[in-house]
Amino acid sequence: MTDVLEVRGLGYALPGRGKGEEGRVLVEDVSFTVAAGETLVLLGRSGSGKTTTLKLINRLLEPGGGEVVVAGRSAAAVAPHRLRRGIGYVIQDVGLLPHMTVEQNVGLVPRLEGWAPDRIRERVHELLALVGLAPGQFAGRRPHELSGGQRQRVGVARALAVDPPLLLLDEPFGALDPITRAELQREFKGLEGRLGKAMVFVTHDVREGFQLGTRIGLMQGGRLVFLGTAEEFRRSTHPEVRAFLEAAA
Amino acid sequence: MSLVRFYLSNSREVLGLLGQHVLLVLVSTAIAVAIGVPVGILLTRRPSWRRPVLGLANVFQTIPSLALFGFLIPLPLLGGIGARTAIVALVVYALLPIVRNTYTGIVGIDPAIREAGRGMGMTDGELLRLVELPLAASVILAGIRVATVVGVGTATIAAAIGAGGLGVYIFRGVAVVDDRLILAGALPAALLALAADGLLGLVERRFAWR
Repeated sequence: MTDVLEVRGLGYALPGRGKGEEGRVLVEDVSFTVAAGETLVLLGRSGSGKTTTLKLINRLLEPGGGEVVVAGRSAAAVAPHRLRRGIGYVIQDVGLLPHMTVEQNVGLVPRLEGWAPDRIRERVHELLALVGLAPGQFAGRRPHELSGGQRQRVGVARALAVDPPLLLLDEPFGALDPITRAELQREFKGLEGRLGKAMVFVTHDVREGFQLGTRIGLMQGGRLVFLGTAEEFRRSTHPEVRAFLEAAA
Repeated sequence: MSLVRFYLSNSREVLGLLGQHVLLVLVSTAIAVAIGVPVGILLTRRPSWRRPVLGLANVFQTIPSLALFGFLIPLPLLGGIGARTAIVALVVYALLPIVRNTYTGIVGIDPAIREAGRGMGMTDGELLRLVELPLAASVILAGIRVATVVGVGTATIAAAIGAGGLGVYIFRGVAVVDDRLILAGALPAALLALAADGLLGLVERRFAWR
């Protein structure tokens, strides 16, 4: 297995220094690798630096230190928008553009990449089918005409549009009701196996982490305090790991 | 009704003045959009310019329109007697609502949506064209609507500096103390403002998402 994503000594502090929140360190010395076909779940409490870590990978935030290598190339050496087009990005709820139809949303990155309209259309329909949405029924709808679960399916389809080797998912199922959530988690589990992508999946839900993660990384105060398989996680004596396990029990 | 008789017997003149009026408003609003929307966009990129620029536009807004027309007359290039001076003044008045609404329309977009666009790999230009302008469109159009309606009213005063338009009847009516003449200019101007308001309101609603 080759590493699609390599993160070494990643660090980030809020810009400015001194007073208040400025200069506060949000991510410190985070290192991990993710191989093709592998899903690394980043677990942690709110404010532990999970989301910040994702944004440092696709350079929505500029790392203050360390290095990110995506598909063998240093992320810092590529223009940010080029880098991001090669990384699927799924976020909670608001990720879809409200003024575009499902078809336009999913076909957005291919459009930015200058694909021919026919090819975009074909790809969009293929992806909608993949995430369990009948293209004929859903392609022309706008995001506000969809349920939360359908919106998240569209979000996943959009992230896959140009077949990027790496997917970043920021609590993609966080805003869903428990039943829809379980349904999407099951389907996502199936997709993981078929797609063979490298994924970083952020959540604060331990069970979701166990179900979907190949490995689990636990963040606390901006640091990666645990990195290992679900089995190792269960056996760990780290206090933050124990706190998460007890909360889920 | 005597007003109807007046229009029938002066139909050529009435239509001519109405045409001039519409043209004054159309040209000045178009120029104001061409200047105001880019300036508004620029302000979203350079937040520190917001206060001075909107402040300046505000100051222009407070100059009484008749005085502004008067000030412009002696100026070279922009001034003089006639439609050109009137258009310059109307542009000055139309700028504030357009700049302000462009700025607030774009700034008011949920930052998470903007971030989603950037996260997908949009360049700044693509973000503007595909996300910010479409989502701010209804707010920007509301600004254009206000500018147009105000422009229809202000353009009546343009007659004072020889730019024509429906104000010609109003000034003539005031001069000879003839209510019917004043009404002959004021009524179509009011209807024109209502029509512009309704029409642009319709366009605006087409761009309201959610």
